[in-house]
Amino acid sequence: MSTLYEEIRELMAVYPEPRSATLPALRLAQEKHGWLSPEALREAAEGLGETPAYCMAVASFYDMFHLAPVGRHLVEVCTNVSCALVGAQQVLEAFERELGVRPGETTADGEVTLRTVECLGGCGWATIVALDHRYRTHVQPADVGAIVEELRADG
Amino acid sequence: MAEQRLVVLQGADERDLTKLAEYRAIGGYDALAKARALTPQAVIDELLASNLRGRGGAFFATGRKWSFIPKPDQNPNPHYLVVNADESEPGSFKDNEILSRVPHRFIEGCLITAHAVESKHVFVYIRGEYLGPFEAVRDALEEIREDDQLLGGVTIVVHRGAGAYICGEETALLESLEGKRGQPRSKPPFPAISGLYASPTVVNNVETLATVPPIVAMGGAAYAKLGVESSTGTRVVSLSGNLVRGGNYEVAHGITLRELIYDLGGGVPDGRELKAVIPGGSSTVILTAEEIDVPYDYDALAEVGTAMGSAGVIAIDDRCCMVQLGIRVSEFYEHESCGKCTPCREGTRWMTAILRKLEAGEASDSELDLLLDVCDRINGKCLCPLGETAAMAVASYVLKFRDEFLAHLDGGCPFGSQSPLDGVVAPVNQHTQSPVAEVPA
Ligand SMILES: Cc1cc2nc3c(=O)[nH]c(=O)nc-3n(C[C@H](O)[C@H](O)[C@H](O)COP(=O)(O)O)c2cc1C
Ligand code: SF4
Ligand code: FES
Repeated sequence: MSTLYEEIRELMAVYPEPRSATLPALRLAQEKHGWLSPEALREAAEGLGETPAYCMAVASFYDMFHLAPVGRHLVEVCTNVSCALVGAQQVLEAFERELGVRPGETTADGEVTLRTVECLGGCGWATIVALDHRYRTHVQPADVGAIVEELRADG
Repeated sequence: MAEQRLVVLQGADERDLTKLAEYRAIGGYDALAKARALTPQAVIDELLASNLRGRGGAFFATGRKWSFIPKPDQNPNPHYLVVNADESEPGSFKDNEILSRVPHRFIEGCLITAHAVESKHVFVYIRGEYLGPFEAVRDALEEIREDDQLLGGVTIVVHRGAGAYICGEETALLESLEGKRGQPRSKPPFPAISGLYASPTVVNNVETLATVPPIVAMGGAAYAKLGVESSTGTRVVSLSGNLVRGGNYEVAHGITLRELIYDLGGGVPDGRELKAVIPGGSSTVILTAEEIDVPYDYDALAEVGTAMGSAGVIAIDDRCCMVQLGIRVSEFYEHESCGKCTPCREGTRWMTAILRKLEAGEASDSELDLLLDVCDRINGKCLCPLGETAAMAVASYVLKFRDEFLAHLDGGCPFGSQSPLDGVVAPVNQHTQSPVAEVPA
């Protein structure tokens, strides 16, 4: 198995200018560490030949990078206009009840982070919920119990 | 009864066009061979004849854009084709479906375009959240990876974003692709002259590129006969909101918004009435239910003061409060402002704040004027269109539903929790997980 360092070096070779590998490198570092901890940023920076500060500056611009720990599973509910018009807020509240956390928080056992996100690009199939980045379409509050059970069973 | 007219999505209902063999079976990649038998200029001429205009939002003529790329002897730097697959405008989800269902047609369009602009390097910048579409394109590329003849020496790199609406703006996209924060550049220079790595670059939308193979196959003149004069061809329109059948529908330009909503979208469910329609994604000016007999084409929509934008049609029924709509839309742009220009960064926050006061029944008459004044101060004073389209969209709710805004002045929201947008938690409002330092006493 190749190390994060090696994988980042490979990514850099794909681009005419190696700095273009910054986003993919941060993605890999986050996958390895679960979030962009100081250590993850250091490792990404080492691979890229940039400073950790540079990596932090870039990472903080993008919503998908986590600069604080998150749960092992991520539940993201779109609450933009099209989803909200057909009841996204009720779906969100069902997740809040089921998980016992508010949006932006992680369950006490560190398993699941719940958050709201902007339009996921599935508006006509609302409400869209991304479960560990896989889209679920047409989600209704009544579906939430089963979804959470499924997530938790997934270990 | 209005119907679909499939060009970009043609064949995808009958076959699994994510598979190379299936796409080949309907003549897939024949247009590429046809194009490569032509000179680059001849391909550009076909595009000019088709009058295809970019599907990313700005509706710029594609053939013209390609013709701005210097010839290799004029600029020895490598030329790049960068695909904008960042689709993040609320209401739009067409590129999602195109990439997922006809990835080979999209790739064929990239290869034809690379030939036309004499580029060997294609970068597909796809929004980070689009895992399914990413996999579809990756798998399709895998199927042709060893087909040197098909690829013709062109490399296609799929680059995943990481969650930022502004990276759909072409120069922000280029910054992001260069490994930086995605903040727009000032133009000129335009990407055609100095784009990716300061080299000549064409940036095109996914749908634009997926329309290229059918144009080459049928000929530009034949394509130009579809649709209407100012807006030739077809458009994949995303229908969402309060509709019976939300989804993507590919139609010839010129169909009316009413036909889209009632014939294809099935109208408003639950016995409610249509109240308003956002015609081109949340950054476009709203239309009232009385204004929807307008043909869905660039000029006709411009005549009624709005735009086709990214073809995201959002239907809104009579339960929805327009102040709440303003809050939700404003919060989105506030969240997505890159922060580079003060009017956009501060103005969107002000818009949200004033709208919230209105919704709570705590605003005075003068604050309604203040809201319009803030919108006015954003307009025309920003580097990129994000700020001003947000301001124009929100101002249009006030101008077209003024009575409803006025009704909020005494006593607050007449809709309250009857409106589905009541109390919606937007990302700007959620608890953040930023670590909190303990400050010693
Ligand atoms: C704030 C903002 C967001 C944009 N988002 C997108 C997008 O997600 N996808 C897209 O293709 N174009 C988007 N555009 C338009 C691009 O800047 C550019 O015009 C387009 O990609 C050009 O491709 P086309 O000529 O094929 O339409 C956006 C523009 C702005 C100002
Ligand atoms: S208008 Fe807004 S998003 Fe665009 S460059 Fe300025 S601050 Fe950034
Ligand atoms: S508004 Fe929810 S996916 Fe677009």
